[in-house]
Amino acid sequence: MMGNVTLLEFLSSGVPVEGHRPWPRFHLDNRAWRALVEQLSAAEWTLMAEWAEPGEVHAAFRDEDTGDIAVASHPCPERHFLSLAGVRPGAARLERAIFDLWGLVPVGLEDQRPWLDHGRWPSIHPLAAEPKPPPEEPYTYPFLTAEGDGLHQIPVGPVHAGVIEPGHFRFHAQGELVVRLEERLGYVHKGIAGLLRGAPLERAARIAGRVSGDSTVAYALAFARAVEGATGCEVPPRAHWLRALLAELERIANHVFDIGAICNDAAFAIMLAHMGVLRERILRANQTLFGHRLLMDCVVPGGVAVDLGADAMVVLPAMLRGLRKDFNRAVSLYNETPSLLDRTTGTGILTGSLAHRFGAGGFVGRASGLAHDSRRAPGYPPYDDLDVAVPDFHDGDVHARIEVRIAEVRASLLLLGQILADLPAGEIAAPLPKVAGEGLAMVESFRGEVVAWVRLDGDGTVLGGHLHDPSWFQWPLLEAVIEGNIVADFPLCNKSFNCSYSGHDL
Amino acid sequence: MIPPVSRLLFRHLVKGPHTDRTVTPPDPDGSEELARALGEAVRTRLGRSLAIREVDAGSCNGCELEIHAVNAPVYDLERFGIRFVASPRHADVLLVTGPVSVNMAEALKRTFIATPEPRWVVALGDCARDGGCFAGSYAVAGGVNQVVPVDLHIPGCPPSPKQILAGLLALLDSVSKR
Repeated sequence: MMGNVTLLEFLSSGVPVEGHRPWPRFHLDNRAWRALVEQLSAAEWTLMAEWAEPGEVHAAFRDEDTGDIAVASHPCPERHFLSLAGVRPGAARLERAIFDLWGLVPVGLEDQRPWLDHGRWPSIHPLAAEPKPPPEEPYTYPFLTAEGDGLHQIPVGPVHAGVIEPGHFRFHAQGELVVRLEERLGYVHKGIAGLLRGAPLERAARIAGRVSGDSTVAYALAFARAVEGATGCEVPPRAHWLRALLAELERIANHVFDIGAICNDAAFAIMLAHMGVLRERILRANQTLFGHRLLMDCVVPGGVAVDLGADAMVVLPAMLRGLRKDFNRAVSLYNETPSLLDRTTGTGILTGSLAHRFGAGGFVGRASGLAHDSRRAPGYPPYDDLDVAVPDFHDGDVHARIEVRIAEVRASLLLLGQILADLPAGEIAAPLPKVAGEGLAMVESFRGEVVAWVRLDGDGTVLGGHLHDPSWFQWPLLEAVIEGNIVADFPLCNKSFNCSYSGHDL
Repeated sequence: MIPPVSRLLFRHLVKGPHTDRTVTPPDPDGSEELARALGEAVRTRLGRSLAIREVDAGSCNGCELEIHAVNAPVYDLERFGIRFVASPRHADVLLVTGPVSVNMAEALKRTFIATPEPRWVVALGDCARDGGCFAGSYAVAGGVNQVVPVDLHIPGCPPSPKQILAGLLALLDSVSKR
């Protein structure tokens, strides 16, 4: 079935699953899954996430032409499924992780090396129905090779320089020139899918907010929205607006710090100092208004946990005014320092076609011409009532990724102004109906699109859940952009991507 | 035209630094006194310098964000002679965050061995104490003390910069009692 067929038309050949909200889910048998893989080579359907359960693999797609969203599920009792990685390269690592955790074999996947499993867990395939006993020795990871005159290897990590999360980077370099970079991740795998299984809702929400600490609001919100989708909970309007307020504060705090840190990696430390001060102002306001500097556990299923006091209408606008002024000062410092621009311009270029093939979101995608933002498509309240500006740049270099962040900080400052002006009064949370169901939600974190999926039983227990970090589709691209750059520019490129290790390793 | 960096530096000359002392009045719990006491204890024991290597052994990166904040100008940890170093071989203290993931346990052990004695281990955050909300997972070894001996816990999820400062002071107290 080739040609112009929409995602929903195509998937309706499968069996719809009852109680999956707000978007449908379909069971596809072997033939239908095979047809899906074929159709994907021609269709403009973006893979948003891929995960599994014991005996079943799920993939969430977005139809770029119609905007439809749906989940395709493929029961695989024989414990193998046809890989999507041939047509959606971003799926390769997801499927390696699926094999590691659930023991389902991706057939046709070229790279069969373990990914999250380092051979150290107490069992192999820990989330499968029947886990296997562990190997006698941890695995030795066969890194890809590069051969040629004067090539040498630089192994870095997992404990690498600075205050940073752990990961291993293997460089093949010729003098200063990087010929190949390969990442090995999985060091901070905490088994979150396993922890969510059977957890009471409250505990699961707490864990969801700690998948990646820097995007805690986005994760908590994605999880809450998935739960609300599953139970059909109607969140009061004020809660929606407060959630957006929290999300935009988080976005600005992360972006300003990122801009500073990227410049710091080009040895321009004054920018980091300046941005550190701006970030601290936001975190202190967070502490005063919401009781937590990083806003953890402020968003809960059903609404928000903290209301905004009357003093907020004085504190916040004053803080934001000062922030805007000092931020603009820092931006002009960046724009008028040629020696700094020289480092960021033309460094670590990501082509638009590569970003498109991996479906990269966030500042990585937007710096290379991909202007997707889940606040606009599919959109969620209250952003439907706000003007969300999504900047998009095309150069794809470190400079462009900084430009995206600068534009997004400005856009978020405008949004915060609108939110404060129009904040409705009323309740801040609604009780969750006690119904069983499945829910899917997308939320735009500062880094890109976070996807949450959850299955609940009738008494508020999580039967299964998955949280997808945007970094899954950004990490592989970092390997591509560093090629042909010098080793010294790696920190610059890495920071401009700022992928989450914890969110990726789960 | 005056370049922006000069304008920025000039502003600092006129208005003073961003560091806590001038921006906010002294806090009730006295982070200022605490920071000064920290400086004195460090001086006695280690000649005004304490080098810290941070190890993320499985955290959600929330603790790392607050450690960055301690380094930023507002708290400016370095004015007390405490600084973060890149190699454990240069460090006196390992500041460990996160529930120790099974995949990081070996790396943490090796980092500990690479740190010359005398060395101290500080477990930062609620997860580092007992695994926090990740305890019980197949992929989590538990608190930091399951893998390396811990001299001090700093509580919080994540600990605030002030708590981090207070924690480092407590470490120095126990160090001078030895």
